[in-house]
Amino acid sequence: MHIYDQTGQFANRRRVIGAIILFTAILLLGRLFMLQIVDPSYKAFARSNYLRHVTDYPARGLIYDRNGSLLVYNEVHYDLMVIPGQVGEIDTLLFCSLLGIDQAAFESRLLQARRHSRFRASVFERQISKNTFAAFQEKLFRFPGFFVQPRTLRKYTYPIATHTFGYVGEAGPNIIQNDPYYRMGDYIGISGLERAYEEELRGVKGRRIFMVDVLNRNIGSFQDGRYDTLAIAGKDLYTTLDAELQIYGEKLMQNKRGSIVAIEPSTGEILALVSSPSFDPGLLVGRQRTRNYRMLQNDTLKPLFNRALMAQYPPGSVFKLISTLIALEDGVITPEQRYGCSGIYHTSGISIRCRSHPSPVDAITGIQHSCNTYSSILFQNTINQPRFNNIQQSFNNWRDHVLSFGLGRHFGSDLSFELPGLVATSEYYDRIYGPRGWRSQTILSLGIGQGELGVTPLQLANMTAAIANRGHYYTPHIVKAIGAPDNHNKQFAIVNNINIQETHFETIAHAMHMVVEDGTGRFSRIADVSMAGKTGTVQNPHGENHSVFVAFAPIDDPQIAISVIVENAGYGSVWAAPIASLMIEKYLTNEVNRTWFEQRVLDASFLTARP
Amino acid sequence: MRPSQNILKSVDKPLLILYLVMVMVGWFNIFSAEYADTHRHIFDLSTNYGKQLLWILTSLVIAAVIILMDVRFFTGFAWIIYGTFLLLLIAVLIFGVEINATKAWFRIGGLAFQPSEIAKYGTALALAAFISKQKNRPKGFLMRLKGFALVAVPAALVLLQKDVGTTLVFASFIMVFFREGYIGGIVLFFIGLAIALFVLTLMINEFVLIGILAGIMLIIALFFQKKTKAILQLLMLFIILSVYVYSVDYTMNNILQPHHRARIEVLIHEGMDLQGAGYNLHQSKIAIGSGGLLGKGYMQGTQTQFNFIPEQSTDFIFCTVGEEWGFIGSVIVITLFVTLLLRIIYIAEKQRSTFSRVFGYSVASIVFFHFAINIGMTIGLVPVIGIPLPLISYGGSSLWGITLFLFTLIKLDTQRLEML
Repeated sequence: MHIYDQTGQFANRRRVIGAIILFTAILLLGRLFMLQIVDPSYKAFARSNYLRHVTDYPARGLIYDRNGSLLVYNEVHYDLMVIPGQVGEIDTLLFCSLLGIDQAAFESRLLQARRHSRFRASVFERQISKNTFAAFQEKLFRFPGFFVQPRTLRKYTYPIATHTFGYVGEAGPNIIQNDPYYRMGDYIGISGLERAYEEELRGVKGRRIFMVDVLNRNIGSFQDGRYDTLAIAGKDLYTTLDAELQIYGEKLMQNKRGSIVAIEPSTGEILALVSSPSFDPGLLVGRQRTRNYRMLQNDTLKPLFNRALMAQYPPGSVFKLISTLIALEDGVITPEQRYGCSGIYHTSGISIRCRSHPSPVDAITGIQHSCNTYSSILFQNTINQPRFNNIQQSFNNWRDHVLSFGLGRHFGSDLSFELPGLVATSEYYDRIYGPRGWRSQTILSLGIGQGELGVTPLQLANMTAAIANRGHYYTPHIVKAIGAPDNHNKQFAIVNNINIQETHFETIAHAMHMVVEDGTGRFSRIADVSMAGKTGTVQNPHGENHSVFVAFAPIDDPQIAISVIVENAGYGSVWAAPIASLMIEKYLTNEVNRTWFEQRVLDASFLTARP
Repeated sequence: MRPSQNILKSVDKPLLILYLVMVMVGWFNIFSAEYADTHRHIFDLSTNYGKQLLWILTSLVIAAVIILMDVRFFTGFAWIIYGTFLLLLIAVLIFGVEINATKAWFRIGGLAFQPSEIAKYGTALALAAFISKQKNRPKGFLMRLKGFALVAVPAALVLLQKDVGTTLVFASFIMVFFREGYIGGIVLFFIGLAIALFVLTLMINEFVLIGILAGIMLIIALFFQKKTKAILQLLMLFIILSVYVYSVDYTMNNILQPHHRARIEVLIHEGMDLQGAGYNLHQSKIAIGSGGLLGKGYMQGTQTQFNFIPEQSTDFIFCTVGEEWGFIGSVIVITLFVTLLLRIIYIAEKQRSTFSRVFGYSVASIVFFHFAINIGMTIGLVPVIGIPLPLISYGGSSLWGITLFLFTLIKLDTQRLEML
């Protein structure tokens, strides 16, 4: 065998070969350095490979009435979710037939989900039926990337208090952007209690991270569940509503436009909040929500509009309670001072008509017969008080009194979307008439509750409660306790005092009692119940007048203060007063004995009247 | 001479230690890749790590037998061994069983055996015998051709088994030919150029590429302004390269099989077809890339433990290394290979006999090719070619083959002072 010299011609090539080996090793190490140290994306890929984030949705808090009866609860349903990055080869034909959609819909939904996120779950099909769910659950392993997420839907014991409960809907892009709690497809309270108490009702979402293998099988929780959190159920709300009274109120208001607000004067708790026409709250739950919402939105009767909080009316004659109280407080009249009424009141070319009633009248009978002349005189006297230098000062004095009843501003209550109403400012009149261009007679209609005044039914009820309390009120509210029946909502336990002496309230309360005993409201008197009330007929320039009545009872220990407005129904004494009377009877005695009286209200319909 | 004592003394200790260390590293990684709670014990022969233990023990027996054998068996029977493996390669085409679309396996009992793994060994012996027979420097064209044919014949037979990976391994003998002067540096240069142009063609438009080539040629031509012959040669080269570039597309679409084409495409276009052809590469990169500097710890690799990586104890065993041991582990394994390769070359160069040197370079070439291609494919530097990582990957044939190579070299080395 042949041997040749090691230092021969090609021996140096061993260095070339050694260099190639080293160069290759450096190339590999360089690439590994990039992959393992520099580029972070593979770590993220790895996590999305084997980690699955599951959100456990807590049950939304329940809603009870003041007597502990359940009003709003939950029902489980299932959403079909998809994580686009994990969708592999699947039998789309089978998938589509199970779901009852076509191939095109499948593609477009998947694309939409992918656009949202490749790694995060999106809702593929909302609220699938129990049958579909059962069929899917069996074959789910054949559809990697898809899973079923249990969610809850609202259910209602009675089809009542729609506006108060509000509804729950999916969180929109704005909310998701501004609040990190919400993710695509999460639910959020959109209106009513669901909105005002969203944070209490929603609870806390739970999070679980578990690991899966290549076949998407659950291998166990990630790091022994160190990052897992339990879902915490939402807190229950114990409302101030009296379910029976609410049901009754809605029944009385059937086929009528308007509202009823009943308040417990000693606490400010709202016993009933009726806005009519209304609708079944169940309509705004589930898959048909969007369709139903559009239907309700297009309804000319505006059932979505919460009249009790948002409709603003001139108060009409019920406002005479306030103007009389202010006049008494400012000392421009005494309760006994009498004024004659000839059926019409003239001043500086303005005349205000009155109905025929016994004359002359004092504070009691003026209210009892709702005398326009009396109210006009005392309003003028209030504005023309010589202790003020100008009308602006005296007007603002009057206006401050009015505002102290809770008119012209938000209560800052726990009700969503209450409107402030309107009490015009002196600047407003300055703008229109010039600072020296207006007198008491210019704004005379304010004295009888017309003109630049707007009050909501809630404000009217609260005003009545303030009178029932003889000079103070608690902010009207709808939630008594959160989480547990005895965990009281202290937020509204603060008393709001009205700067008018109690004796004047006594006078007015007595006058209101006389309204029912032997005045404009006598038709609605309840046997064995001492009730105080005041009728109002709000002039409606567009059509039929609105029928208004405020009342409280019993006089010496008021349990309920109420305001009733029936739009386009005419005189307050004819429709609003009977409804208020029936509500009070129902609340105080638990049963209504005046069957014919009740039937008359139930049969009445004002939906076709000119609004 | 008292053979047993002397032989043990003269065995190259560094190489032996490297062999044992790398086999152990391999087994621990296979254990991590394959272990599941349901398995009973480490000798469980239904598991790959159990079987690998068997392969390691048998390899040690093979190693011992080789060391104890007379060295003249390898030099004297080189051609017979070569012939035997050629026959086996033909036989496997007829009697073999198909595994993973490759008809390269004999099945004996529960164990599968792949003659092509060991055919490389026969080829290396024959090549060593052939080259060492030549009285002078390689000069004649015919002589070189004979040398190339020794490698080409088994390579062609393996290609008939549709085992492209192993066929490509035969290309690694280029290194041996280079060392022995059968081919010059210019060939290495053109092989490199061809690979570079192939990759570039896949990434940029072929006409743009031809334009770039023309520009480079023009600049080079400016240096040879006076020499017409040189310019003509450049022009020829340009035409050949242009035709080559232009034909790459044709090769891709008409000569390569679709799945090979896909493996090249997923390499160039990152993120392509992640559920299909790109899946292996993507998962492999995820596993290695998520390892970070220190790795996730032994048996803690999420991608490894939850079986996201296909073939994870065989061709993709490096994923387990990269994920569980991190960049540190990668450096260690690569360092082990570089040390092994340099040690083999060192030993080869130490030999007085051409036979031993050629054989030594064959061992280095084959280990190097497996090492570079296998790790390169797991990190997306080369297309996915199904060849194992020597000594680390699971597999009896592979381990036996490398054991044969290394211990034959060790055996030859013990006799390096003797005339063979």
